[in-house]
Amino acid sequence: MGEQAPAIELKGISKAFGPVQANKDISIRVMPGTIHGIIGENGAGKSTLMSILYGFYKADKGEIFISGQKTEIPDSQAAIAAGIGMVFQHFKLVENFTVLENIILGAEDGGLLTPSLAKARKTLLELEHEYGLNVDPDAVIEELGVGMQQRVEILKALYRQADILILDEPTGVLTPAEADQLFRILDRLRQEGKTIILITHKLREIMEATDTVSVMRRGEMTATVKTSETSPAELAELMVGRKVLLRVDKTPAKPGNVVLDVKGLRVVDDKGVERIKGIDLQVRAGEIVGIAGVAGNGQSELLEVLGGYADATGEIRVNGQPLELSGKLADGRTRRARGIAHVPEDRQREGLIMDFSAWENTAFGYHRDPGYQSGVLLNNAAIRTDTEEKMNRFDVRPPNPALAAKNFSGGNQQKIVLAREIERNPDLLLVGQPTRGVDIGAIEFIHQQIVALRDKGKAVLLVSVELEEILALADRVAVMFDGHIMGERLSAETDEKELGLLMAGVTA
Amino acid sequence: MDVMPKWAEVTLVPLISLVLAALLSALVILAIGEDPVEAVNLMVTGALGSTYGWGYTLYYATNFLFTGLAVSVAFHAGLFNIGGEGQAMLGGLGVALACLFIPWPHWTLALLGASVAAAVFGAAWAAIPAFLQAKRGSHIVITTIMFNFIGAAVLNYVLVNLMRPPGSMDPATARFPEITHLPTLHDILLPLGINFSKSAPANVTFIIALLACVLVWFLLWRTWLGYEIRSYGKSEPGAKYAGISPVAITMIAMLISGALAGLMAINNVMGEAERLVLNAVEGAGFIGIAVALMGRSHPFGVLLAAILFGFLYQGGAELALWTSIPRELIVVIQALVILFTGALDNMVRMPLERLFLMLRRGNA
Repeated sequence: MGEQAPAIELKGISKAFGPVQANKDISIRVMPGTIHGIIGENGAGKSTLMSILYGFYKADKGEIFISGQKTEIPDSQAAIAAGIGMVFQHFKLVENFTVLENIILGAEDGGLLTPSLAKARKTLLELEHEYGLNVDPDAVIEELGVGMQQRVEILKALYRQADILILDEPTGVLTPAEADQLFRILDRLRQEGKTIILITHKLREIMEATDTVSVMRRGEMTATVKTSETSPAELAELMVGRKVLLRVDKTPAKPGNVVLDVKGLRVVDDKGVERIKGIDLQVRAGEIVGIAGVAGNGQSELLEVLGGYADATGEIRVNGQPLELSGKLADGRTRRARGIAHVPEDRQREGLIMDFSAWENTAFGYHRDPGYQSGVLLNNAAIRTDTEEKMNRFDVRPPNPALAAKNFSGGNQQKIVLAREIERNPDLLLVGQPTRGVDIGAIEFIHQQIVALRDKGKAVLLVSVELEEILALADRVAVMFDGHIMGERLSAETDEKELGLLMAGVTA
Repeated sequence: MDVMPKWAEVTLVPLISLVLAALLSALVILAIGEDPVEAVNLMVTGALGSTYGWGYTLYYATNFLFTGLAVSVAFHAGLFNIGGEGQAMLGGLGVALACLFIPWPHWTLALLGASVAAAVFGAAWAAIPAFLQAKRGSHIVITTIMFNFIGAAVLNYVLVNLMRPPGSMDPATARFPEITHLPTLHDILLPLGINFSKSAPANVTFIIALLACVLVWFLLWRTWLGYEIRSYGKSEPGAKYAGISPVAITMIAMLISGALAGLMAINNVMGEAERLVLNAVEGAGFIGIAVALMGRSHPFGVLLAAILFGFLYQGGAELALWTSIPRELIVVIQALVILFTGALDNMVRMPLERLFLMLRRGNA
């Protein structure tokens, strides 16, 4: 294959959204007839890259070559014309149409439907036969299972003569059995000469299905390797980064009483999937415990339960007193009253109301506290003054309490959240992804604040997908995989390699 | 920073939309062979040229203020209450019951009692869709629309079978007793030396509507409850994180919304008709949606939009009276205003945003 032109070649692709660099100088070559995996955490820039390839975004810099030809892809029509087909994570099917009707939607010949359908039926049956994709053309979409619907999406792309298929997190909605079937289909497609790009954050899928794999991290392509020459542990390490750039000055922890005591915690999400499968965890006063793991292994659910907005079973004690895990008293307000502060993982969806001003956001969650509330009124003047002080102490720029949250940079947004939570002087601070999308300057400041709270004898539970950050910040590390805690290590006595293995679900 | 300065957002967008709607209306009037300038003249003098005209304009505006505020409050909680029509109908039933069956000693007390009854009945009619939304996830748009029809049917049954005076052929209640009649703007303004038209229906309810306007503003931007309503409307995951109960806020916002829509009945039922007739609401519940959209769900914006729609209603009636422009065309003009200020908002907004972006680049 050496002399062959790559099916897709990207050269120096860069894309920025405001101050956030989503893709930085990305180059990649995918040979025809191979399955190429792109792996990375949420927010690493995978979806942005694929959106550029499919014509949803325009790259700021860089070139795209399809089969050796330089190609401009201004919109998805151009992408389809260039032979690129995309299977989205959330299917784009008309639920009450039949398979056949969905397949021709947007690719009809002429104004009359009947000849189009007849022609499509013939082509579809040929395609199904060629690739071993059995779907009843007359079945109505809503009556099909998710795995079948995904096949329809793949057939849709093939019907439009796609030679390159991009699948974005295709197994996110599938059962393990359906996922295995999907991989068999992909294998067949590869044998027939199609090129496939598989985007996922699941290591297992990469190892099972791909020929080559590229790892993305913080908008950069950190490595491209042959799948047969790598291991899950190495990939996990590459995903979360191994270069120790971060140094946090801190003295050894002096752990005191147990503040947070979790026993046999189980969480089932609203789809009935068990996300946390019975974990035990303790956090003491004066220590930072980090939860490491590839995203989606139960860390988010743990924070949600502790923060009071997901139901759970089991037992959680804070300072010896049990917390309500379901019902009316399992809410954020009660948790705050119990001395738990929470910097959520997704500050733009949860931690802040983006349209609200900085001062309104400073009251968020604490708006019923005596200092902020007087009778039915909100004490706007007091909140404003308080916000001004907090903004000064946390060096939020610009220090304008009336500015809407969406107009601050990521780092300053995070400082607004952090100031709100830390200045409450909580017994237990929950922090999720404290430096995601935050510029380097603010990272250091945010880390210092978290350590300072620890040094005041408070307990901190840190969830981060950045291994580097966990190792720099945490005194003790617990690794989560598939809803279990795989092991606990003192961060002074472990390294990326050991944690990487645990994160991949490998126990020694 | 935002693309457009705030002043442009709140003034330019609605004004340009309005001008576009007016131009298109002028073309329609031209097309049927009438003179648009003359039409505008008639509308303005008819609606604003006399205290009689003002009396009608403000009467309509009062209705739209209540229903517009109702839609706005729900909208701040991220809920689209299309049920203002039904809630106002039921509010009318509350007013009728209060006025007919309680011997009030004075009109002020009657007004107070009827207001409470109107608000309670309106809120009760909003409570069921709100509960279904909060607990069962049944979409509030669908359920409130359905409740408009159920409300109409309930009212029909009650009027025909229960409250119609014996021997009457009219599906309406008996006249309310003299003591419950509300003072009109004529009665109120006469002591101040202003001779307001005696026959216009605008009454003391207009002042209550203004008061409601201030109260809604106060609720939304000065109380913690309003803060919770706005938070929930902007981000449900955020509200959950902050410990704000989605169920409670959905219920409370819809109860307030329903109460506001119900309060409209003290204007049209108690203030104007002085009895409850079958079609008392006359579509004001739906106009409230347009008023809230145009007023950007801000009480002050709603006030201006309500007066504009009051003007369109009264001006339109005058047009139909004095020209050969058919009544249907008036509806077309009103529809154009709704279309441009509500649905086609982005058509004006996007080019304006681009313009401001260009201006800013030019300066930078």
